[in-house]
Amino acid sequence: MPEIKLTIAPGTFKELKKPPYATGTVQSAIGKVWQVPAELTTADKFGIFRCRTSAYRNDYKVEPGLYAIGQPGGASDIIVTANYKYSFDVVRRALKGMSAWILVLNTKGINVWCAAGKGTFGTAELIKRMQLAQLDKLSERKTIILPQLGAVGISAHEVRKATGFKVVYGPVHAKDLRAFISAGHKATKEMRTMEFPITSRMALVPMEVIPMLKKYPFFALIVLLAFGLEPSGILFKNAIGGGLPFLAFGLGSIFTGAALTPALLPFIPTRSFAVKGWITGVVGTGLLMSAFPHFNTILLGITLLFFPVASSYIALQFTGSTTFTGMSGVNKELKTSIPIYLFSVAVSVLLLIVYKIIEWRVL
Amino acid sequence: MKYISKVVSLKLNAEKCVGCGMCLEVCPHNVLRMEGRKAVIADLDGCMECGACMTNCAFGAITVNKGVGCAAAIINSLLYGGEPSCDCSGGKGRDSCC
Repeated sequence: MPEIKLTIAPGTFKELKKPPYATGTVQSAIGKVWQVPAELTTADKFGIFRCRTSAYRNDYKVEPGLYAIGQPGGASDIIVTANYKYSFDVVRRALKGMSAWILVLNTKGINVWCAAGKGTFGTAELIKRMQLAQLDKLSERKTIILPQLGAVGISAHEVRKATGFKVVYGPVHAKDLRAFISAGHKATKEMRTMEFPITSRMALVPMEVIPMLKKYPFFALIVLLAFGLEPSGILFKNAIGGGLPFLAFGLGSIFTGAALTPALLPFIPTRSFAVKGWITGVVGTGLLMSAFPHFNTILLGITLLFFPVASSYIALQFTGSTTFTGMSGVNKELKTSIPIYLFSVAVSVLLLIVYKIIEWRVL
Repeated sequence: MKYISKVVSLKLNAEKCVGCGMCLEVCPHNVLRMEGRKAVIADLDGCMECGACMTNCAFGAITVNKGVGCAAAIINSLLYGGEPSCDCSGGKGRDSCC
């Protein structure tokens, strides 16, 4: 069989072995191009699940370049996306039954919106990929469709100046691509708006909770040491017996900050994430405390001071995952909350020392 | 859903605006709307300062202090210097934000 020269190479024409997600090739004005199916395999779907739950997503990529869906020609739409395989998969799934080109930019395996913020899904990379894929020869339409959220990194007028191609911003979500194309490249207000419904928020919760749970053993160790430490050595009985409530409150703070606050986000009073997290933290800690009715006054103080604040800090991290928080707002929140966090931790540690001193009867 | 009010840095220079409507197209939060033949800021608090409108305004009519609205990114930049960015995780295999 003669070797096929393909256009998906990061450089110019280069022989590349068939990517696992390609099913064949299509002939085009610039030679053969890898064809990909619109149907996702079980492995693709499992990949999406792993991306939602683990660091698997940090290295889940496709080769940048040009791909074909169906049997596209010179008049077919060209849709641009990132080389995060999850992004690529939702785009090809959205184009089921259609014929189109997909131009994949090298975003280092990062999704469109984040990559656009970093600039890797950017004007320079787009122009470069358009030239490498020889879009001027491939397409008669001189129009490319970009994801709307890519606009953060792409300057449409600069792309036009450099390539002669008109940039059309498509919908926010790939699932609306078909309707957008059928309507003659027109997006409705809904397609243009980034909502943040409970389903999206819950999809983000695993990656809020799991990294926190990985840090939890350090917290647990400190608690067990603090409670187990005696002048004579470390007592396991004291470590477990005394530390148990705090271990429970710690888990509670992770739950209220990383899961409950995101889930109930619009229903918790105030716009501040720090305050929202503190409110859920107070409620969560309060409920857990009822399981430990005979609590020392100093420990009670530490509990009420530290754990709601921990929940607040964890909830504030969720600003990085939302679709609507801006830098000026987060800056303002941090300016007031960081001093409060530091103060609360310092006072909690002092109180714990006081508690130990009283417990040891050294004074 | 809205975030902290009266802090957003978005500004629109009506004199430079030609009313092409590009900013309305790229804004994911309907912050801008057309009033006559000019774009106006209709919902300042709705802005997340992503900068899409500024980057796509061919006439330089929009300015915004573009950046990431992410507490971890800002804390990292306070601790280690540099602009706040999503690169808080670094290498392979570690927990990355996006």
